[in-house]
Amino acid sequence: MEVVLNGELIQLPAHVEFVSDVLKHFKVHDKVVVVEINGEILSTIEHQSTRLSDKDRIELVHFVGGG
Amino acid sequence: MLKIGSLSFQSRLLLGTGKYPSFEIQKEAVEVSETEILTFAVRRMNIFEASQPNFLEQLDTNKYTLLPNTAGAKTAAEAVRIAKLAKASGLCDMIKVEVIGCDQTLLPDPIETLKATEELVKEGFIVLPYTSDDVVLARKLQEAGCHAVMPGASPIGSGQGIINPVNLSFIIEQAVVPVIVDAGIGSPADAALAMELGADGVLLNTAVSAAKDPVKMAKAMRLAIEAGWLGYEAGRIEKKRYATASSPKEGMSIG
Repeated sequence: MEVVLNGELIQLPAHVEFVSDVLKHFKVHDKVVVVEINGEILSTIEHQSTRLSDKDRIELVHFVGGG
Repeated sequence: MLKIGSLSFQSRLLLGTGKYPSFEIQKEAVEVSETEILTFAVRRMNIFEASQPNFLEQLDTNKYTLLPNTAGAKTAAEAVRIAKLAKASGLCDMIKVEVIGCDQTLLPDPIETLKATEELVKEGFIVLPYTSDDVVLARKLQEAGCHAVMPGASPIGSGQGIINPVNLSFIIEQAVVPVIVDAGIGSPADAALAMELGADGVLLNTAVSAAKDPVKMAKAMRLAIEAGWLGYEAGRIEKKRYATASSPKEGMSIG
């Protein structure tokens, strides 16, 4: 399936079906990461249960140094 | 004890986490500062280089309260979105509202800051808006239910120190929530002055992270804030135009 991930159009392999799969695919599942899909912010527990659809706009954000 | 919303802190120094020379220096600076509140920004992950280290991963998050900011927001709506993203991490309920209205001075947009504050208070956040040193705006932010007001001492990262101590003291005098002086602090003297004016805390970043020796400066800031606070509580003497002798006049003619 094709999704827009952090502004970039990418192709996801077939086994990536849920949000938690995307996090594993990009090896960020054990990091502090917040997911937004099509403008909807997910809680951590929703990562497992949220199924992705073609053309979804996914944002993965985290905390960086700042004042 | 510094009380912000339902939270209490021993330390009155809030420390930013941007622009340190290395994570090692940053870690040490954070430790010697004895801060309990660390600010962070919320940004897109660089997923294609996700192995890059992140300072938050190196922190014991049970030891610190995270204060994410909404830096990057230019409207109330953007600030609210960033705040909600931060909260969804499950790591924090506090948010520093930062809505910049001018790219050159990085001064806040007062109207959008107030709107964002109103909305985030309704959403149940502990809200700490970064504001200019406008007395009326500070009052309106309080009326909107913010949990601390954070007037700038001078432009962010400028190190100019407190350029309007009179306005700051007006804000402090009429505050019903803690006043945390945020932005523009350059030296320990600036931080001490903020506390002597009666501020409840100081938030700084560049003054430590860009100092020649950030670890030593972190310690200096901790001591300055403590000294300024103690001095404020002790109550300074009135200024007089002429001298007043400290030694008694009686018994001077010994011969």
